[in-house]
Amino acid sequence: MSSEDLRYRPPVPVFWWTRKPSYLVFVLRELSSLFVAWLVLYLLLFVRAVGLGEEAYADFLDWATTPWLVALNVIAFAFLVLHTITWFSLTPQAMVLDVGGRRVPPAAIIGAQYAALAVVSAFVYWLVTR
Amino acid sequence: MAQSIRLRVARYRPDKDTEPGWQEYDVPLREEWTVLDGLNHVKNEVDTTLSFRWSCRMGICGSCGMNVDGAPKLTCATFLSDYAPGPVDVEPLSNFPVVRDLVVDLTDFMEKLPRVKPWIIRDDEQSVDEGEYLQTPEELDAYKQFSMCINCMLCYAACPVYGLEPEFIGPAAIALAERYDLDSRDHGTRERLDVLIEHEGVYGCTFVGECTRVCPKHVDPAAAIQRYKLKAAQESVKMFLLPRGLRR
Repeated sequence: MSSEDLRYRPPVPVFWWTRKPSYLVFVLRELSSLFVAWLVLYLLLFVRAVGLGEEAYADFLDWATTPWLVALNVIAFAFLVLHTITWFSLTPQAMVLDVGGRRVPPAAIIGAQYAALAVVSAFVYWLVTR
Repeated sequence: MAQSIRLRVARYRPDKDTEPGWQEYDVPLREEWTVLDGLNHVKNEVDTTLSFRWSCRMGICGSCGMNVDGAPKLTCATFLSDYAPGPVDVEPLSNFPVVRDLVVDLTDFMEKLPRVKPWIIRDDEQSVDEGEYLQTPEELDAYKQFSMCINCMLCYAACPVYGLEPEFIGPAAIALAERYDLDSRDHGTRERLDVLIEHEGVYGCTFVGECTRVCPKHVDPAAAIQRYKLKAAQESVKMFLLPRGLRR
């Protein structure tokens, strides 16, 4: 090769993530972490309001029903669902479980996660409504 | 069915061009013809100046990887009829410098691969007279999937992390590290971990998973990388919690 470098280096376009559906899903999945963080914060604010007494709780409810917050939470929930589905479905790739010398099939690992989610959700529901 | 199909081929002639352009060729559309057969037809019958790599024509050598309609493919295993009526775009693999036309420069990978020490490392090397290191079929199965890699670079072309951060050691190199780690004859896990625990090692990966989807040999590099992260994390926790004497 001559001393002059004639190789062409293709630039990575800013919108590379719109080129393939799988890239888009990946970027949305990464973005979903922000909404998960928001919902954690929202839950903490909710618990704090409950702890501060009836007036603070009423204020929180007023705030929580403002249209922009409802819209934000609807979007956040959609991202939360995306987050859950995508990460659950990726787990078997990262986790290899052997039971009795046999590899646990991916569907069983994914199923177990949904089962655990259902159990935890049922417990929380019971805790809140009892 | 039409008798011919149009190939739109990316051309880059470093002595003349400053960036790649398209050139179109009509090639016979035959049921048994792959994209590589189409390119060879062009090379032999139409335009001898077209440059591309190929060798085995049967998905073993890993040299004919190119972007076909934007997706990284082994052109010897990609049939023209699947793209009928065409046209079919053929470009060099993404994320690599282009040397000429469809030929990319793989120097970066060739430099990275030996860093993960993809060979059997022994604590005590046994002499040839003592015979081979034996292995059960189960022990073979533990790493066999990761040993199927043919270094075709489709995973690097599919990986946006590698495109954005070329320091990332990349899917195939990590899958091959895992292949030797899982080998019952190997004792080199610690040495490889020291390389892969670095920022440009496994933690560069954000689990896009596209490497696994494009792999023509079903190696699943994404799985290898995530398992490595788990291994690296466990090692870090051990380093933190255990006194020096108990580590390993």
